[in-house]
Amino acid sequence: MSTMGSRHPMTGNEMSGEAPGGIERRQYDVVVIGAGGSGLRAAIAAHEAGANVAVVCKSLLGKAHTVMAEGGAAAAMGNLYPEDNWQVHFRDTMRGGKMLNNWRMAQLHAQEAPERVMELEDWGALFDRTADGLISQRDFGGHRYARLAHIGDRTGLEMIRTLQQRLVALGIDVFMECTVTDLLLSRSEAGDNAIAGAFAYWRESGRFIVFDAPSVVLATGGFGKAWKVTSNSWEYTGDGHALALRAGATLINMEFVQFHPTGMVWPPSVKGLLVTESVRGDGGILKNSEGKRFMFDHIPEYFRKETAESIEEADRWYDDKKNNRRPPELLPRDEVARAINAEIKAGRGSPHGGVFLDIASRRTPEFIRKRLPSMYHQFKELADVDITAEPMEIGPTCHYAMGGIEVDPETELSVVPGLYAVGECSGGMHGSNRLGGNSLSDLIVFGRRAGDAAASYAAGLASRPQISDDDVAAAQASALAPFEVEGAENPYTIQQDLQQAMNDLVGIIREGAELERALEEVDRLKERAARMSVEGNRQYNPGWHLAIDLRNMLLVGECVAKAALAREESRGGHTRNDHPGPNPEWGSKNLVLRLNAEGTGVDMTEQAIPAMPDELKKFFEE
Amino acid sequence: MSTGYQLKMRVWRGDADSGALGDYAVEVSEGEVVLDALHRLQATQAGDLAIRWNCKAGKCGSCSAEINGKPRLLCMTRLSDFDPAETITVTPMRAFPVIRDLVTDVSYNYEKARELPGVELGPRDADGKRRMMQVDVERGQEFRKCIECFLCQDTCHVVRDHDDNKPAFAGPRFFLRYAELDMHPLDIRDRRDTARDAAGIGLCNITKCCTEVCPEGIKITDNAIIPMKERVADRKHDPLVWLGNKIGLRNKDNDGRTAT
Repeated sequence: MSTMGSRHPMTGNEMSGEAPGGIERRQYDVVVIGAGGSGLRAAIAAHEAGANVAVVCKSLLGKAHTVMAEGGAAAAMGNLYPEDNWQVHFRDTMRGGKMLNNWRMAQLHAQEAPERVMELEDWGALFDRTADGLISQRDFGGHRYARLAHIGDRTGLEMIRTLQQRLVALGIDVFMECTVTDLLLSRSEAGDNAIAGAFAYWRESGRFIVFDAPSVVLATGGFGKAWKVTSNSWEYTGDGHALALRAGATLINMEFVQFHPTGMVWPPSVKGLLVTESVRGDGGILKNSEGKRFMFDHIPEYFRKETAESIEEADRWYDDKKNNRRPPELLPRDEVARAINAEIKAGRGSPHGGVFLDIASRRTPEFIRKRLPSMYHQFKELADVDITAEPMEIGPTCHYAMGGIEVDPETELSVVPGLYAVGECSGGMHGSNRLGGNSLSDLIVFGRRAGDAAASYAAGLASRPQISDDDVAAAQASALAPFEVEGAENPYTIQQDLQQAMNDLVGIIREGAELERALEEVDRLKERAARMSVEGNRQYNPGWHLAIDLRNMLLVGECVAKAALAREESRGGHTRNDHPGPNPEWGSKNLVLRLNAEGTGVDMTEQAIPAMPDELKKFFEE
Repeated sequence: MSTGYQLKMRVWRGDADSGALGDYAVEVSEGEVVLDALHRLQATQAGDLAIRWNCKAGKCGSCSAEINGKPRLLCMTRLSDFDPAETITVTPMRAFPVIRDLVTDVSYNYEKARELPGVELGPRDADGKRRMMQVDVERGQEFRKCIECFLCQDTCHVVRDHDDNKPAFAGPRFFLRYAELDMHPLDIRDRRDTARDAAGIGLCNITKCCTEVCPEGIKITDNAIIPMKERVADRKHDPLVWLGNKIGLRNKDNDGRTAT
């Protein structure tokens, strides 16, 4: 923290009484919002490109949601299967997303992931090894070859720690427990607004801080906390999505929400907690209450040619991939989640409303403890279940937002000059469904690209954009609004009602009438949120923090319900009971959302997806 | 299946200047952890109760506190470990200054992280890849399971009872990191002098309190601190090494690493 002088070493939180209005002011070339994998990678790239960089994050450094990622980072390094290469990875990714992905992002991702993963190794990451000493690669759903670089089942922890240690070694400034509530624009008469900075509060003190910066990289992750059953942590409140909308940027793919097939279902306190796909990659199978391995009954036509027909073929595949096809348990996540949902609805569920995930009868206890140490620990500690001896009970859980800020594939620039977006809060890369393992690699591939681009944009400006005092005053008033109301609605109650509504009405299987009700419900919740009040003072006050985050969750919830209602087909992470099956017409367009003129909700338009060049189309001819 | 009951809790409320234990009763049910009870308290009775937490799955190491005086993760402490009639007391980590309620200022740990010389590998192999054997990375992998909950730092009596030791002592979490880098098969930097001088590994008298509280079950004392102490002592007490350093003939160790 080279430029922080004598201020608080962790929070930078020594307030100067001389600062106008008591608001601290900081100048940077690039401000990165979010300290998960993509934010840290963007900050490192921008720093290495010569920019003066700050990372601003809601939690302590090293605690972002990336630590929860378990399985691995998909990268076609060919360390186990020399036949693997970027073309195969690209094809798997596009088919997994049901061809709605931005083809150029999927291509760049497949091409650059191997080098980005090896770079982590240069910076100290200790991946599991192959017998030859190379980075090991693990099987995952939707990937033709074993391709995930991993460290047991705690790959995300390794990624975030490696990037965090690199960041510290480079001396990049970090503003921890500091939450951005508004982006600030320099406004021109012609209306071509550009990023000028960001407005934030310190959680520790509740004091405000303004960052002057021409480049802002949003790396805020997803929005699963708007659902009741989710694998996401408290931070996942759609902040970046909402900040971008309010700054004039556009969102795409918002109707596509990934429900991970395997979340814990019991005990209630951990319902939704992730059970890694590696359990299935390493041999685990799904069974219903009749003991049947039911996935063979749910193989969709689209993937029939590449999926095993019999239990015997599926079991041979783990050791002989050339002559056998993938087990149906390793279909893309949307397919598996829908199948589990159907089994439960048909009355063939487990005692606590899930199905069984069994690895105990398939692999030795030693193998399971070695390959899946944190799953072993998690079930033992939280559910009293020994996964080496008995099956797990699991069910779908809200896990990942495919939808996000619309960006240029090469630079991750949004439609607002100076505003970049990476990782889960950006859209396009994963289309209608993300393959497991493609998230960690997405973070480092596009994190680096955005950091480079943001630094180069800042360096190329003739003059710095200016923040207006009126905008700062407005941001302050907006942040403090919940303190102005007395004795009205409790934000915790409003969040619980939103989570219930999204779970019941915008869940894994959707219907037109329910989506309409969801939109009405969001409208009612918005009205209640306008009258929300918080108790206590501004110092480390979680009620106040939630009140601010809740506005973002409501806006994002509206986007998802609105796009889901409009898309009258079923594709990837969007399934309509009243419109089963994909519709080719919908397969060629995105739904684009932007803030409406009044700033109270969102407008939506249709837009053709970018056309794939012929030389890439040939990978999909059969 | 639900066996709900009223849990009696005492929770420390206050800030850097003053505070006291507050008495609460909160409805809890089967399978819940201490963090669930605190969240319910927050949502229904104490909207401004400050708690630091993130993943609620034992993976991020944010919700460290002391439960009945023992350093624990709030999210991994099950209520079924206690008698329903028992009052559970939750206080902030004692080794760090309080910010508010259960939230402490853990910046000491981030300062120590900055003092540690980072990883430094030689060039990649000719084909652009690196080779390390699984057996050689496993020692470091055990240490890299650390979730930085800082419970080991909190419990370590070198700083827990002697705040003035903090400038000279990095603590178990960072001895783990020194050992990890020292055992990295491709790292080329010698950190033994830094471990002894800047990090103060000599102050540790291996009482193993850190190992006992580690939620990841890392054998901090046996696998990291003791081997690291031995490596540091080798360098310090080997008379040939001492002479070589003294007359400037030797500035590399037996593995060809340069001292920092």
